Amino acid sequence: MEVSRHWRLKQQRYGLVGEVCPNCAGKIFPPRDVCPHCQAEAKTPFQFGGTGEVFSFTTVYTAPAGFEDQAPYTVAIVKLDEGPLLTAQLTDIENSQVEIGMRVEMVTRKLREDGPRGMLIYGYKFRPQVAVALA
Amino acid sequence: MRPLAIIGIGQTPVDEHWNYSLRELAGFAALDALNDAGRANVDGIFVGNMLSGALSGQQHLGTLLADWLQQHQAEAVKIEAACGSGAAAFRAALMAVASGEMDSALAVGVEKMTEAGGSETTSALATAADADYEAGVGLSFVAINALVMQRYMHEYGWKHQDFATFSINAHANGARNPNARLQFKITPEQYAKEKMVASPINLLDASPVGDGAAAALIVPLEMAVGNPKAVHVLGAASATDSLAVHDRFDPLWLSAAALSAQKAYQMAGVTPKDINLFELHDAFSIMSALSLEACGFAERGQGPRFAIENDISPTGKLPICTQGGLKARGHPVGATGMYQIVEATAQLRGEGGANQVPDARIAMTQNIGGSGATILTHILGKSA
Repeated sequence: MEVSRHWRLKQQRYGLVGEVCPNCAGKIFPPRDVCPHCQAEAKTPFQFGGTGEVFSFTTVYTAPAGFEDQAPYTVAIVKLDEGPLLTAQLTDIENSQVEIGMRVEMVTRKLREDGPRGMLIYGYKFRPQVAVALA
Repeated sequence: MRPLAIIGIGQTPVDEHWNYSLRELAGFAALDALNDAGRANVDGIFVGNMLSGALSGQQHLGTLLADWLQQHQAEAVKIEAACGSGAAAFRAALMAVASGEMDSALAVGVEKMTEAGGSETTSALATAADADYEAGVGLSFVAINALVMQRYMHEYGWKHQDFATFSINAHANGARNPNARLQFKITPEQYAKEKMVASPINLLDASPVGDGAAAALIVPLEMAVGNPKAVHVLGAASATDSLAVHDRFDPLWLSAAALSAQKAYQMAGVTPKDINLFELHDAFSIMSALSLEACGFAERGQGPRFAIENDISPTGKLPICTQGGLKARGHPVGATGMYQIVEATAQLRGEGGANQVPDARIAMTQNIGGSGATILTHILGKSA
C-alpha cells in the first residue's frame, strides 16, 4: 500500500517541487537536501516549470509488478529546462514516435492502481509539448 | 594492513535449483571453499546477498550460514550492495583480515531468484534503483540500463548489432563452463532477432537470473607461504556514484568504475596493460562497453570497437568474462561478485578448464551494484 510514501511525495509528483541551492543557485530535482553542484545544504523549495526535452528513452516490454497492464510503455529521462534530469513515463504519443531531443511537458496522470481495491496513484508523466506540436 | 591471499574457493552451478534452499546453496559453496583450503573453521563469515528478504522471506543470512555450517565461533554478517553484494562481502572479509581483527574469513555470495514469479523478481531487482523516483514511475532495472544504452548509441553512433561481440563471446565461454546457466553458443543472427525486453536491450543483451552461490577463504599472505593454491590479493577498492542514473551529470560515464579501478591499479602497482583477464560486470552489453572505457582499456565511446577489433576470447588480447560472465554463466545477483572472484582465482591457479587463459598471472574483477552506483574492483595475482 505504501500510503505514507505516496502522501509524502505529493509535492514532487503533482507540483514538480524540487529545491534551489542558496549557495550556488543550482536547481535540484528530485530534492536531495545537499546540493550536487557545491555540497552546500539546499532545502529551499523550488517549483520547476515542467518543460524540457527527451534525453533518452526506452520502451518497456517486460514490466515490473503493478505496471504489467500498461506494457509496452515508454519511459524517458527528461532534461528539464532548468537543468536537472528526471525519469518519467511518456504519454499521449505512440512508442515508435519518440525521439531524443523531442520537446516535452509535464502532465498529471495515473501512474498505476494498487490492486482492484487499492489506491490510484497519480504523478507526473510527460507528453509532447502542445505549443510545439501545434506550431 | 596485512597482505592477503585466497586459499580456498567453491561454487555451485548457476541454475534453477528447485531442490535446494538459500542456506543449502550457500552451504555447498562455503564447504567447498573450506575443503579446498583444508580448513575446518574460520574466524568470520561475510555473506553477500541482495534479495533474500524480498524473495525468500529470510534475512539474517550471516548467522543463518554460520549456524548451518556449525561455525558458532565465527562472527557473521550479511553485506548488501544490490548486484554488487558479492564483491562487497569479499571486500568486507578482506578488510577484516587485513586489519588483524581476524586471521581467516569466508566470503560467500548467494542468491535464490527462482523462489518467486517473474514480475515479483523484476520488482525486487528494481529495489537496486531509487524507489521514489525511478522504480515508482514504472522503470524496471533493465529499463534503466536501456536508457543508458539508447543515449550511448545516440551520442556515439553505434548500432545495436555493434554490441553483439560481448554476448557472443560470453556464450562461447559459457558453453565450455559446466557451472554456467546458459551452456550454448549464439550467432550474430540470433542476437539481432531476439525478443525485446526494454528497447534497445533484448534478451541476448541481458544476463539471466538464476540460483547459485560462490565462496572464497581469505587468510593473511604470511599464513599462505608455500601453499601452491594461494592467490594473492593485489588490489581492492570500492567507490560510489549517484544511486539514480538521472542524478548523474554524465550518465554515460561510470565514475565509480574509474575511481575504484584507479585505486586498485595503484594498490597493485599495475596498469591496464598488465591485466591478463578481466571478469567485468556484463549484466547488460552496454555495461561491458562502459566498464572497458572507465577502466582505461578503451577510449571513451569506443567500448564496442575494443571488443570488435581486439580478441576478447580466453586466448585473445584481453580475455573478458572467461567463464561466460553474467550473460552466460548467469547473474544470481548477490552471488555474482563472488563467482567473478572464484573464476579469476581458478584461472590464476591454472584451473580454468576449457576456458583457461594461457599464462594468466594477473586478473581483474569488477562487480557493479545498481546501474553503476556501487562499483568494486579487485586485482588478483598468481603466487610467485
